[in-house]
Amino acid sequence: MFGRGLRSLSIASLVLVTSAFALVFFYAPNEADQGFVQKIFYLHVPLAIVALSGFVAGGVYAVRYLQTGDRAHDLRSYVAIHLSLIFGIGVLATGSIWAKASWGAWWVWDEPTLVSFLIVFLLFACYQPLRFSIDDPERQARYAAVFAIIGGAFVPLNFLAVRLAESLIHPRVLSTTGGAMPGEMRLTFLISFVAMVCLFVTLWKYELASKHASMRLRALKRSLAGDEAAGPLARTAAPTQI
Amino acid sequence: MTPALPLDDAGPYVAGAYLVFLALILLYVAIMATKLARIERELVELSELAERRREAPAEEQEEPEAVPR
Amino acid sequence: MAGTAPAADARRAADPPPARAGGGFMSAVAALVRKDLRLELRTRESVPAMFLFSLSTFVLFRFGLDRETLAGDLASGVLWVTLLFAAVLGMNRLFVAEREEGGFDAFLLAPVDRTSLFVAKAAVLFGFLVAVEVAAIPAFAVLLLGPSPFQALPELLAILLLADIGIAVIGTLVGALAIQTRARDLIVPLISLPLILPVVIAAGHATAPLFAEAGAEALPARWLGVLGLYDLVFGLLALAVFDFLLED
Repeated sequence: MFGRGLRSLSIASLVLVTSAFALVFFYAPNEADQGFVQKIFYLHVPLAIVALSGFVAGGVYAVRYLQTGDRAHDLRSYVAIHLSLIFGIGVLATGSIWAKASWGAWWVWDEPTLVSFLIVFLLFACYQPLRFSIDDPERQARYAAVFAIIGGAFVPLNFLAVRLAESLIHPRVLSTTGGAMPGEMRLTFLISFVAMVCLFVTLWKYELASKHASMRLRALKRSLAGDEAAGPLARTAAPTQI
Repeated sequence: MTPALPLDDAGPYVAGAYLVFLALILLYVAIMATKLARIERELVELSELAERRREAPAEEQEEPEAVPR
Repeated sequence: MAGTAPAADARRAADPPPARAGGGFMSAVAALVRKDLRLELRTRESVPAMFLFSLSTFVLFRFGLDRETLAGDLASGVLWVTLLFAAVLGMNRLFVAEREEGGFDAFLLAPVDRTSLFVAKAAVLFGFLVAVEVAAIPAFAVLLLGPSPFQALPELLAILLLADIGIAVIGTLVGALAIQTRARDLIVPLISLPLILPVVIAAGHATAPLFAEAGAEALPARWLGVLGLYDLVFGLLALAVFDFLLED
């Protein structure tokens, strides 16, 4: 059952996200250089770390799928990547807003993590089109798994390459204080990060349970009403059977 | 200690960023909600179908008994 | 004609029982490479097309950038982007013969290690890239490049070698991935471009000082390190994962 523990997780997410936002606006001090704009950091950076971890997790589940052949792992991999793409849109949007507020332009090439993230995003954006273009479900799952593994390995390499490419002279645009983060900011960041992780896992389980329910419903329909009632399975990128 | 942008100017951007986050989550919830609605609808149809199936054999049994009086 | 060749070659490679496991593998790779090279020499499809495409891209850049000579990082960028696009052309064609002539089935029937197909195809793509570069870089020197590329030839060759290995590995993986999909021509460029981007970044940064206006400067060694790391990681990954692309 994918939905086990979903209720406690969602309550935890609610509590953590609300506390995190409260800390951001009522507890964390304004940063010296960037002022109020820096508050976006507490949203943008946890989103980015969680999205990247989601992509890598998608790769890990893909490995498990190839090892065991258990389609449940393929479903987990698919949903992890799908959610990370959605979080990724949030990363790029908040990063862009931060760049505009802080530097005056909607995009800055000087921020290596943002650029690396864009490249990773562009790669994983091909995941669903790739799945959609393969009809046979088993082959679709297998090829998607290979792609997810390649993508997961690509994430750290890409960050290394882009980070090296940035001139060492150029200051980081979207960074926090030059020196160490004061304790209040560190706590706020930590809570925000944990909140984002919790939110991701909650949404992940949510989507897993929903997809699983649809699959079982379809199978039930087929066994009760016969194959014709269930209708032909439309081409889809998502896994349809476990 | 001068901020990059005075608080008045920075406010809308910060709010915008957090609103983007909120909008993404609510959009996701909306899509999942339509899926859930469809699941519910089909489940209701199927359970009605199962009900009809269960009643139908019972009726078939009653009829032959009624005929020979 | 081409259809019988791969089947015959694969069977011929498998017929003599290998004295050692390595012997069987290498002879399978050699047979596959020979088959593809023979096919290319006969049909002359990929390499001339890749070379002509490079030339056209150089002309495109001349007008797009509105420059008649390039030097430094601009020259380096133009060269690597052009090579990347030519490589994508080669990737698209890499598994077409197998797909259309049923070579995959013949290969799967032969009792050879499946990764030999990967090694062979990657070697073939590498060979195509080298062949294109042998012609395209002098063409680049004639058409657009200001300083001579032969000032720092050993360094340039080292960069080309490492980068071509990376592009060949990724190209073979992506080609095999895309060959079974409906939208092969779209999938190959979409997936390969982000994946090869670190290679372009590293190779571009490494080549830029070699094309400097004032004369070739020293090559920053760390970019060779990045290329080497990339080749190692993706080479090993490809060897581990390629089998799964071939199962029925």
